[in-house]
Amino acid sequence: MSDEVLWLDEHRIVSLHELVEVSGLREEELLDLVQTGALPSLADPGGEITFSARVVTMARTACRLRDDFELDTRGLGVALRLLERVRDLEMEIARLRAQLPRN
Amino acid sequence: MKYTDYYAALGVPRDASAEDIKKAYRRLAQKYHPDVSKEPEAEARFKEIGEAWQTLKDPEKRAAYDALGSRPQGEEFRPPPDWARRHGGEQSSFEDVDFADLFERFGAHRQRRGAGFGGRGASMPGQDFEVPVQISIEDAFNGTTLSLQLTMPEYDEQGHARRVPRTVKARIAPGAVDGQRLRLPGKGGKGFGGGRDGDLYLDITLKPHPLYKASGHDLYLDLPLTPWEAALGASVQVPTLAGAVNLKVRPGTSSGQKLRLGGRGLPMPRGGSGDLFAVTQIVVPEPGERERALYEELSKASAFNPRKHFDGEGS
Repeated sequence: MSDEVLWLDEHRIVSLHELVEVSGLREEELLDLVQTGALPSLADPGGEITFSARVVTMARTACRLRDDFELDTRGLGVALRLLERVRDLEMEIARLRAQLPRN
Repeated sequence: MKYTDYYAALGVPRDASAEDIKKAYRRLAQKYHPDVSKEPEAEARFKEIGEAWQTLKDPEKRAAYDALGSRPQGEEFRPPPDWARRHGGEQSSFEDVDFADLFERFGAHRQRRGAGFGGRGASMPGQDFEVPVQISIEDAFNGTTLSLQLTMPEYDEQGHARRVPRTVKARIAPGAVDGQRLRLPGKGGKGFGGGRDGDLYLDITLKPHPLYKASGHDLYLDLPLTPWEAALGASVQVPTLAGAVNLKVRPGTSSGQKLRLGGRGLPMPRGGSGDLFAVTQIVVPEPGERERALYEELSKASAFNPRKHFDGEGS
């Protein structure tokens, strides 16, 4: 039998508590990154902060960068923004390359 | 087990100061960190660097490592008798132990001592693992079940890590795209002493395909056309992942035009599908005698100038 597989995409929502558990970042670090706009959160009409599951990958990256480079949340914020820009540019390049003829 | 030269991994001499080791680690970590690096083999290189750093940054572990002496990289060896006990670790048979696990034992031993559990009752969560997985575009379209052969650490009653092979099956529903991340809760490394099991993360990429190129859920396909099909229009058969379809090419079609076949791309996990774009490419054959005569006749008959917009520019 196959194991449970969760898709980390925009259709799945994770709570702040869940993000703390899977990312390894502390709650105050996550909130700091949300406040500076480096980590996008979802609108929270009920007053509870939630995230698209796509953010799990970003938060785990932030945790590794924190541990491996001893970065604080300001440094993490800059690194996450730059990595997102790189990711967007890579996707754009892939989209344009897909349209080029093979020869 | 095979000896690993940690000083060589960090590119420092054996008598390097703690500060020099730290500087070397930071420099190499910035170059090879898998989250920021595009260097080939970055992940494997970063693992080596990290393993060296974890041992050499800790004075007790470094002393234990140095006591093993200097050996050629990769040499088969066993730690001398009583080596671990003399350096504050726990003695064991070192059966099925990796070189990296050897030094983790010192940390685990101290952690349990420090926690005051006397070696019993301390819990440690299992390690998370991230695994890159390549699947074909057909598998992304139809869904697939992966059978992943992994090696993960497990702990014995004393908290000693031992690498064991594991097979994890994962059903990937239709709709995965390049860069899709998936999480398998509890399928990472086993926890110790009641600690939760780690998670397994799959980082999906799509294998190159001889016909299709993917961009998100959209697919692109080169559609070669003869000059006369492009000029006169045609109905051509186009392959799609769900079977061939007929596509109408309008008269006067040029190279590079994108003809959209709606919903013929990759399926989306929550319903709907991307599109398939057939990108026209006019292919001119080596003309035979009769074809050449017809082209010459066409050339005389036509007043078409594709470079009209050059007129008056650059002269």
